[in-house]
Amino acid sequence: MLHRGLPLLVGNVISLFARVVTAVRGVWQGVEPVPRQRIYFANHSSNGDFVLIWTVLPPALRARTRPVAAADYWLTGRLKAFIGREVFNAVLIDRNPETRRHDPIAQMIAALDEGASLILFPEGTRNMTDDTLLPFKPGLYHLAQARPETELVPTWIDNLTSVMPKGQVIPVPLLCSVTFGDPLAVVEGEDKADFLARAEAALTALAEEVAR
Amino acid sequence: MNALSEFAMLIGGVLAILVVATVIGQVLKARMGPGNDVVDNLVARINAWWGMVALLTLAMLGGQAGVVILFALLSFAGLREFLTLTAKRRADHWALVVSFFVILPVQYLLIWADWYGMFSVFIPVYAFLMLPIVVAVHGDTDGFLTRVAETQWGLMICVFAASHVPALLSLNIPGYEGKNVLLVAFLVVVVQLSDVLQYVWGKLIGRHKIAPRLSPSKTWEGFLGGILSASLVGAGLWWMTPFSPLEAAGLALIITLMGFFGGLVMSAIKRDKGVKDWGHLIAGHGGFIDRLDSVVFSAPIFFHLTRYFWAVA
Repeated sequence: MLHRGLPLLVGNVISLFARVVTAVRGVWQGVEPVPRQRIYFANHSSNGDFVLIWTVLPPALRARTRPVAAADYWLTGRLKAFIGREVFNAVLIDRNPETRRHDPIAQMIAALDEGASLILFPEGTRNMTDDTLLPFKPGLYHLAQARPETELVPTWIDNLTSVMPKGQVIPVPLLCSVTFGDPLAVVEGEDKADFLARAEAALTALAEEVAR
Repeated sequence: MNALSEFAMLIGGVLAILVVATVIGQVLKARMGPGNDVVDNLVARINAWWGMVALLTLAMLGGQAGVVILFALLSFAGLREFLTLTAKRRADHWALVVSFFVILPVQYLLIWADWYGMFSVFIPVYAFLMLPIVVAVHGDTDGFLTRVAETQWGLMICVFAASHVPALLSLNIPGYEGKNVLLVAFLVVVVQLSDVLQYVWGKLIGRHKIAPRLSPSKTWEGFLGGILSASLVGAGLWWMTPFSPLEAAGLALIITLMGFFGGLVMSAIKRDKGVKDWGHLIAGHGGFIDRLDSVVFSAPIFFHLTRYFWAVA
């Protein structure tokens, strides 16, 4: 019991902290919070991003939703490894093609095949620029091709950059929201570049809608 | 009568109003059927009132500690909403961190310590001068005055003004010792009841808009009916205050007017920033500032009038 209980407790404490700082609100605009297999693909500006998405998911969905995260960040140090592996049950991928022993796409597909939904940041790294998004990495396309029945849900995390600007450690309490847009799928005959452009456009459009 | 039995009478009255409101809400809901936005919102508002009344009652039963902690938390929630909408850049990070984690707690500690000479100047003097210094040393001058001024506004409204509610507990009024928490109850009940009665009168007989550009739902009928009926109730509550019935009526009129105009000012800021509500955490009402705007504008005036005319040093 204890080995299942502790990660759950730590997860709830982290969520509570996220709520105190951001009063985060989930806006289910394009999809409902129902147990369907999904890939939530979101903008990435802070290490707290997946915590906010995780926090607004209903507990039943939360248990089956795994963030995709960088092993090089989450496996440095025992506390981070505990949080990454045990609390959030992250799919930890090695971003460095030189050193990695597992194919990240294969790892993500394996997680989908076990029934999990994924939280994915297709920009691949944190966006420190003033642009809305960095160019997407191709992983989202490969996943969509391999498992076309999975819903791809654009997910916009708003205002977390103001809470924790680059390089700061103390968060400023400000309201944040997580908005889920209309799901996408790869269209018959669509190539990689076209699909990624469409996915980027969908998330950018969602960001503009939230800003209004 | 002692403070506790007077407090119990007041809460009994408030609960009676809530029961009646809940019954009316459910009857309207049954009659209009589901999907009527006005009725759904009314029911949500009434439900939220139950929670707010429970929280306030609990805080007041906790005495000074309870009221100070409650309003410190409300200031935190309000400031979080206010500063979400203000102009800010990366260079403001430290000013914002200091606002939340130094200025806010220090103000409430000063209130707790009953240090009038300090809590009445800490934000308008010390924080006012230190904040632009903290921002200036970061060297980013784009929109400097706007950024600093909007942050200062947030502190004045959400922390300084709001902290005057628990500050009522520090007043030393001859013959009223140990009963100050009833002043808090008087202020909050009269001002909030005025908001509710303005809404009720407005919905029942409201025709002529009073400030269509600021707040399309406010009407002359709601304004006059709400202010006057809440002032009458305020006069009727004189027995729990150090005031005579006439004085209680006058003070109630002043704080309900301040409350009305506070709501108007905060609506103007919302229009300017392009939002309908300050937040979403109180179902049916919006954010914390949406519920507190009237109390925040009336509290400092009520505090100083009471202090000047009734309190001794």
